[in-house]
Amino acid sequence: MGPIGIGWIGEAAPEPSLFGHVVRHVRKAFGAEVVEVKASGRPGHAFDPRRRQHASGEILRWLLPLAPQGGKVLGITDRDLFIPILTYVFGEAQLGGAAAVVSTARLRDELEPTASRVLRERLAKEAVHELGHCFGLRHCRTSGCVMGRSSSVRDVDEKGQGLCPDCRARLYGR
Amino acid sequence: MSNERTRILVVDDEEIVRESLGGWLEKDGYFVATAPDGKAALERLEAEPWSILIVDLKMPGIDGMQVLEQAKKRTPDLAVVMMTAYATVDTAVSAMKLGAYDYLVKPFDPEELSLMMQKIVAQQALLRENAVLRQALKQEYRFRDLVSKSPAMQAIFELARTAARSNSTILILGESGSGKEVLARAVHQESPRAQGPFVAVSCAALTESLLESELFGHEKGAFTGAFARRKGKFEAADRGTLFLDEVGDVGPKLQLDLLRVLEERRFHRLGGNTPVEVDVRIVAATNRDLKKAVQEGRFRDDLFYRLNVIPIAIPPLRERREDIPLLVDSILERLSAEMKKPLEGVSTEAMNALLGHDWPGNVRELRNVLERGGVVCAGTIIQLVDLGLPVRADVAPRAGPLGSLEEVERRHVAAVLSHTGGNVSQSARILGIDRVTLYNKMKKWGLRRDGEEILTKSEG
Repeated sequence: MGPIGIGWIGEAAPEPSLFGHVVRHVRKAFGAEVVEVKASGRPGHAFDPRRRQHASGEILRWLLPLAPQGGKVLGITDRDLFIPILTYVFGEAQLGGAAAVVSTARLRDELEPTASRVLRERLAKEAVHELGHCFGLRHCRTSGCVMGRSSSVRDVDEKGQGLCPDCRARLYGR
Repeated sequence: MSNERTRILVVDDEEIVRESLGGWLEKDGYFVATAPDGKAALERLEAEPWSILIVDLKMPGIDGMQVLEQAKKRTPDLAVVMMTAYATVDTAVSAMKLGAYDYLVKPFDPEELSLMMQKIVAQQALLRENAVLRQALKQEYRFRDLVSKSPAMQAIFELARTAARSNSTILILGESGSGKEVLARAVHQESPRAQGPFVAVSCAALTESLLESELFGHEKGAFTGAFARRKGKFEAADRGTLFLDEVGDVGPKLQLDLLRVLEERRFHRLGGNTPVEVDVRIVAATNRDLKKAVQEGRFRDDLFYRLNVIPIAIPPLRERREDIPLLVDSILERLSAEMKKPLEGVSTEAMNALLGHDWPGNVRELRNVLERGGVVCAGTIIQLVDLGLPVRADVAPRAGPLGSLEEVERRHVAAVLSHTGGNVSQSARILGIDRVTLYNKMKKWGLRRDGEEILTKSEG
């Protein structure tokens, strides 16, 4: 398995410990080498002024050249993401491809937006989830599996942090 | 059920929509294909099986409504979800009228889309499961074209299945319309003779001499008008089954002839000298009480014993009312195909009336009533009025071995009262009795003026 590059591509500075938490979880889930990717700019062109959101597909294309050789790249942003047909997405990935993106915008605790513990957990799960798609994994129905479908934060909270045995088998059986 | 089996076709003229929706659904585990316009969509719908169609309402050329209409015509089970840029009640309503499952306003809420897909998949799984279970149930309650879950009929099916494998003569007893010929055909189809012919003769329909020629055939010149040699039903049924319906109506001479064929398995054509040998399995049927006919000397006892090897008595429909819903289902399925009109069932009211009816004409009468209902009903569900069943008070007194003279009289009086709307003087005139006598009869039988029975005798 090639290395996984993770980079902060948000506008504001990332909260302390957030980045490290995601890196630890991704390393644990995939058992791969994880490196920090430093992006020189920001994907400002992905902003849609009409929707006031960033188009995740554009960001994925922008991220691709940042992927380490033979590996994957995950961008973490604080901007709200969308795909044309949906009102929002927590993140997006190329199924079986190299690029993935996750956003903190909708993962914050609605009651305590400043509490970083809840956000950390949610972001780590979604980061592993989107990278799972890059490794060809689809949504999983096993209860608690991080590849479970999550279209609401409730779904994110209900699932666990790791891959279920079936998904792990699919991952290594590739 | 795994999503892998759910095939979704996404139709939109915008590539970005096809890509983003297709990609999202694919990650959700569905098999997804896309089509850029109505024409391509209809081609793919024709070529492959699909479970869900998500189609944009507004497209150049063949639009979403037309795709929906065509798709539902070809695959009624297909769940069609309409996509629209803005929600207008009008378009949503007309799409629903055309059979759309639901509609989504672009852009969709991911949770809404996700839940809708899950709901469709679950519903389709239930429908499939339901169909499989119904099929299994039908098989369990079925013996060829006969359906029944009544224990008496199940025992008959079992007996008929066993008897079918033998060569023995079967005598089917039952009221008219109870399915004697259907059972005879079923026995033939289950027997080793299934590849041979099944020949049915109604012994009551012809005069004795015509029946004789019909059964045994005749040589040229055997009688006036016999211009050529003609094979009879016995020969026609060689290596198959001969069904002698209404065998109780056969006259004395033919009874003897039949007895001889049954004993010797050979006979002479009318006017012929050479015996003809046949290999025929006899299934006879009658709605008459043959034992009684034997006692009264109207039916040969030796022929009765020859025929009565395996007697099977089909109970009348009124004695197995639990079969009515099952029969209704099975008959409607057939009528639906014959009439090329979707018939999904009968209303609760109609079913109650069917369950309450006495069915003197048995399953045949039930079929006729449902056929009438199927023809006149406006929708896919047959209503009570469509059946044209007589209301209770209208039922004409049924002359039969079951009712005593007094019983018949009571029913007739009730019917006349109901007919006159409870007018005692008019009823008395019709009945040819005076009013006092009619009042006395009403009191005696506990009849109300409208002809209905009263439960307590204290009332007027």
